[in-house]
Amino acid sequence: MSSHSNLDTLYRQVIMDHYKNPRNKGDMEGETLHVNMNNPTCGDRIQLQLKVEDDKISDAKFVGEGCSISLSSASMMTEAVKGQPVENALEMSDIFSQMVQGEDYDDKYDLGDIEALQGVTKFPARIKCATLAWKAMEKGLGNEEEETD
Amino acid sequence: MDVKEIKEQFPILQQEVNGSPLVYLDSAATSQKPNKVIEAVEDYYRRYNSNVHRGVHTLGSLATDGYEGAREKVRSFIHAPRAREIIFTRGTTTAINTVAYSYGRSVLQEGDEIVLTPMEHHSNIIPWQQAAKATGASLKYMPMHEDGTLSLEDARRTITSKTKIVAVTHVSNVLGTINPIKEITQIAHEHDAVTVVDGAQSVPHMRVDVQDLDCDFFAFSGHKMGGPTGIGVLYGKKRLLEKMEPVEFGGEMIDFVDLYDSTWKDIPWKFEGGTPIIAGAIGLGAAIDFLEDIGMENVEAHEAELAQYAMKRLKEIDGIHIYGPETRAALVTFNVDELHPHDAATALDIEGIAVRAGHHCAQPLMKWLNVVATARASFYIYNSKEDVDALTEGLIKTKEYFGDVFA
Repeated sequence: MSSHSNLDTLYRQVIMDHYKNPRNKGDMEGETLHVNMNNPTCGDRIQLQLKVEDDKISDAKFVGEGCSISLSSASMMTEAVKGQPVENALEMSDIFSQMVQGEDYDDKYDLGDIEALQGVTKFPARIKCATLAWKAMEKGLGNEEEETD
Repeated sequence: MDVKEIKEQFPILQQEVNGSPLVYLDSAATSQKPNKVIEAVEDYYRRYNSNVHRGVHTLGSLATDGYEGAREKVRSFIHAPRAREIIFTRGTTTAINTVAYSYGRSVLQEGDEIVLTPMEHHSNIIPWQQAAKATGASLKYMPMHEDGTLSLEDARRTITSKTKIVAVTHVSNVLGTINPIKEITQIAHEHDAVTVVDGAQSVPHMRVDVQDLDCDFFAFSGHKMGGPTGIGVLYGKKRLLEKMEPVEFGGEMIDFVDLYDSTWKDIPWKFEGGTPIIAGAIGLGAAIDFLEDIGMENVEAHEAELAQYAMKRLKEIDGIHIYGPETRAALVTFNVDELHPHDAATALDIEGIAVRAGHHCAQPLMKWLNVVATARASFYIYNSKEDVDALTEGLIKTKEYFGDVFA
């Protein structure tokens, strides 16, 4: 399109790669935390499964329906938090929120692919797509007992 | 009808968005406002802002004349028998809630049924769910054909002696289906049920005659027909409105107030508690004048042509799915293979084309269609065939773009 460069700031190659080949997609065996999260304004749905052992996220998987931004973000998020202590994962979520809202953020974590989502700052209507999976993780870790099923 | 001349009267449409001329295709969500409406609201605030119905001073009389004058314009526009049958509300949602709360809860009993259709907007579902929960009545949905139309045979089978209320949309905000309200009302009346019609998507686009439809209640919003936000209308038949209790209590709606009891004004004012939406009503009156100047028959003809043209052009796109019937109001809801509607809407926005993406406040209908979300382009008097062309070309380019990044 005439404004390809504008679209490219949002739809970076790495994002489309996660959308097309999502990591950690599917169901997990055994006892896990299940969290369902919807974006009520658009109908996007994420179901996140987390395995927490000794306050550490030992595994993370997701299934869901949504746009390229919400699903690629879910894929990247599960990659990023796997192996992280719960505390760090929650901190990363805060940092991610700051990043997509265009605020200054702490660079203590290597966010890797996730930084490709910075383009979202130029598309305010899509910030909620990017944060959906992260919010699901926060909900799961914050309300551990309620959400276990 | 000269679309170019009409468009010139909408200042918001004279701008560029993201470097391209704005192509506004989201009028089913809210329409843009012509100068005439903006000026009428401004004129009220600049020249005669005052409270109504206490007309001792000059400005008070002017404001009352403006407000009640708007009521008369609405009456004439939808051909209601009496201006007193026109209640100003905040919008369609408030209008339907008023009926569900006041009429619904006083009439419904356990075992009674409220009949709906699968294509209702949330605002014509949830008030009835709540009324059913409060009274023990139950909800029943009319079936719908594959193409998103209703059949009168199905209506006849669904509406029975148990039915007390039939709540149905005049025009679907997703499918564009135009429902046979007159015939459904006839069936409802054979069973002594009343019809509550959601006219949010019909009144802005076609000539509506509530006497001809014979519906008992009819609701619509000002902001979808060139008027301001925050103003809408509930039309109801006098004998029903008179029996109904008010929903909001306080200033403006009372007759006599004693320490322990009070009495209400007559209709419509008993339903308009508090200082009413004066500027909104005056703005709506101006929007009606604007539409009447164009002529609703011309609006209807223009939109029918545009709808057909949009169907024809959009079908040229490989992998497009269009939801709803062939004959439709001027809106097209669709999905393009492998392209999520959000991604499509963002890509179009970059080209200055505004469409809606999501569930359009009709989650049960999305389930019926077996989709999570859809994109929707909706047209109005200021849209032209060039806008349809821009949409079509924008979608083709978007599809190519995403095809490339996937490759």
